[in-house]
Amino acid sequence: MNRKVIYLDNAASAPTHQSAIDAMISVLEQCYGNPSGAHKMAREARRLIDDTRDSLSVGLGCDPKEIIFTGGGTEADNLAIFGVHGARNGTIVASMTEHHAILEPVEKLGGKLVRVHSDGLLDFDHLIETLDENVSLVSIGLVNGETGVIQDLKKVAEIVRSQAPKAFLHTDAVQAFPWLDVASLAEPADLISIAGHKFGSPKGVGALVIREGIEITPIQLGGGQELGKRSGTQNTAAIVAMGAAAAITISERDETVHRVSGLRDILANKLREIPESYETGVVTVDGKVDRSNKIAGSCHFCFQGIESEALLFMLEQENVLASAASSCSSGAQDPSHVLAAMGYPRTLAGGSLRLSLGHSTTNQDINTAIDLVPKFIESLRKTGS
Amino acid sequence: MISKGKILVAMSGGVDSSVAAALLQREGYEVTGVTLKLWGGPSDTGCCSVSDVTDARRVADHLGIEHHVFNFGDEFESHVVEPYVRSHASGLTPNPCIECNRHLKFDKLMRRANALGFDLVATGHHARTVQRPSGIRIGRGADLSKDQSYVLYMLNQQQLQKLKLPLGEMKKSEVRELAASLDLRVAEKPDSQDVCFISNAKGSRRRFLEQRIDLTPARVLDKENRTVGEVDAIEMVTIGQRKGLGLSGQGTPKYAVDVDVESATVRVGQRSDLLCTVTKVKDLCWVDKPYLVHVDVQTSAHGRTSPARITSTVDWIDPHVKVASGQSLVFYDDDLVVGSAIAI
Repeated sequence: MNRKVIYLDNAASAPTHQSAIDAMISVLEQCYGNPSGAHKMAREARRLIDDTRDSLSVGLGCDPKEIIFTGGGTEADNLAIFGVHGARNGTIVASMTEHHAILEPVEKLGGKLVRVHSDGLLDFDHLIETLDENVSLVSIGLVNGETGVIQDLKKVAEIVRSQAPKAFLHTDAVQAFPWLDVASLAEPADLISIAGHKFGSPKGVGALVIREGIEITPIQLGGGQELGKRSGTQNTAAIVAMGAAAAITISERDETVHRVSGLRDILANKLREIPESYETGVVTVDGKVDRSNKIAGSCHFCFQGIESEALLFMLEQENVLASAASSCSSGAQDPSHVLAAMGYPRTLAGGSLRLSLGHSTTNQDINTAIDLVPKFIESLRKTGS
Repeated sequence: MISKGKILVAMSGGVDSSVAAALLQREGYEVTGVTLKLWGGPSDTGCCSVSDVTDARRVADHLGIEHHVFNFGDEFESHVVEPYVRSHASGLTPNPCIECNRHLKFDKLMRRANALGFDLVATGHHARTVQRPSGIRIGRGADLSKDQSYVLYMLNQQQLQKLKLPLGEMKKSEVRELAASLDLRVAEKPDSQDVCFISNAKGSRRRFLEQRIDLTPARVLDKENRTVGEVDAIEMVTIGQRKGLGLSGQGTPKYAVDVDVESATVRVGQRSDLLCTVTKVKDLCWVDKPYLVHVDVQTSAHGRTSPARITSTVDWIDPHVKVASGQSLVFYDDDLVVGSAIAI
């Protein structure tokens, strides 16, 4: 892969941290024993996993015993929903803008969806209306993957405790971890999902926090690893790499957020100058844009009169890699359910662009995007495609 | 090699478009492959499934060309699927491949290709573009048994100037041989058939329509207006149909000779009752000047042609089997498309 690419797709996957790569290689070379085994290399593997559990627990604000390692964010979300439902039945409630890893299980279990406002924030009135005694789990993502909008989980938790006292609160914090102090913001949640590759570990590893005392039914049975909640030999190398990525993410987070939000503001303010452009998830007060409800790395727009696929193709020809909505398994861009829920007309949503910045984003990257995006949009509007 | 130009090849994941891409690459074009995601619903055939996208992508990987997926699902729904359902609901016989070519492959995709800086678009259709003094014509493919000129009749000069059909001079067997010699994984993949958004399993078309429209039971009448049977969905009956009319074992074979959705009646008769001398049409057009002498007329994708004179109607030289309303009639002079119309 060309190293000169301008990578503005961090929300899809972040560049791998060198410390994560080093940690992973070291495990693969020297500690390949099965962590469930009895001999000293197996015990060493188990120690590495449990050390990671300890260090990660600080960043997640939980006890180490409450962390279950999974094969990624989707599995963590599925385990939360099917796991709680399996143990307690009841109704599952989620917001309409959740990731498909939430929406599909909720649909399968006949759950209910809560509306959002046009700025992407949860409609609390509708949440109150939706909740009742039968609700067993409410799943509200801390940060939305497309728009970068942050939900107020403390407020959500208050409503859940009063309207559905028996319900647990789950949060998909996959997009939040690179940017926010999850330990504090997700503190009111009973279950928390994260995925390593969003903050610089390899793919295929994640975790679900399950607070002590919450019973779940495992969705995968076998050797009883991860306290019986997730059978299957742990991916030691990936788990350790995720720990390394989490450590550097947390230690550099304040500085990264400060630096990247500055770059994002420059980029977003420029893109706002494009006629008929709509920045999602922001509020404008007295002509001043307030992006405090978005994570620092998120720059997400809809442009009238163009199609995302064409714009992304042109950007790629110039080595700028970005995306629009969530990608489907075929690699095509699917119409965004998030923008639909926020009330964006389908044609406008079809012209969305997500430039997601990350820890490796440079001033030069942003300048290139500022040079190209307005130019390409003008060209596409002229050719009418 | 100096590039002959940038060309976007529509790759369905089948053997034809895969070989088309390989041939253009060999000719010196800068080839980019694209697969259109048209349909998200269940189907086991055609160009829409994730596994077909994978085939196209892996062929592109093998050839070392770029591959993209464009999602034209909304346009496919509005220009192909909805009209298909509406046609059936009003008793017409639609041809979704023609509408897909008209609106998706040769309109939407060509406009997209133009906007993205491509010089040309190519497909793996078995048909030729032929330069004539008055312009470019669509001609039959060298493999007459696979000829697809019928579904390309709607292409205008602007589109034809941008189009390459690399398989026009090849037999299907040659295409497969070339695919095998290039070690393309799709060399032996079966041809797609029927309607790409409806699975090939028995009863699928009916189940598909049922989900979108109310099916209407109808009486089956003979020539003397006697009720001789009934069908539970008139939308599923096409002129010329013999099976599924609930008449088996009733003497000489009976054919549906008239389908009237409004009165919910299907009239049946003998084969001779299916014949007509004139077919009424709409949207009649000629590629160049009208032909005053007879032309050869084809009324379905792989049907034989019959001679006819074209006035404001299609006047068959010899009696012709009735053409279902909604079907395209394509006029040929030898192997070139010279005009078209739609049966009413």
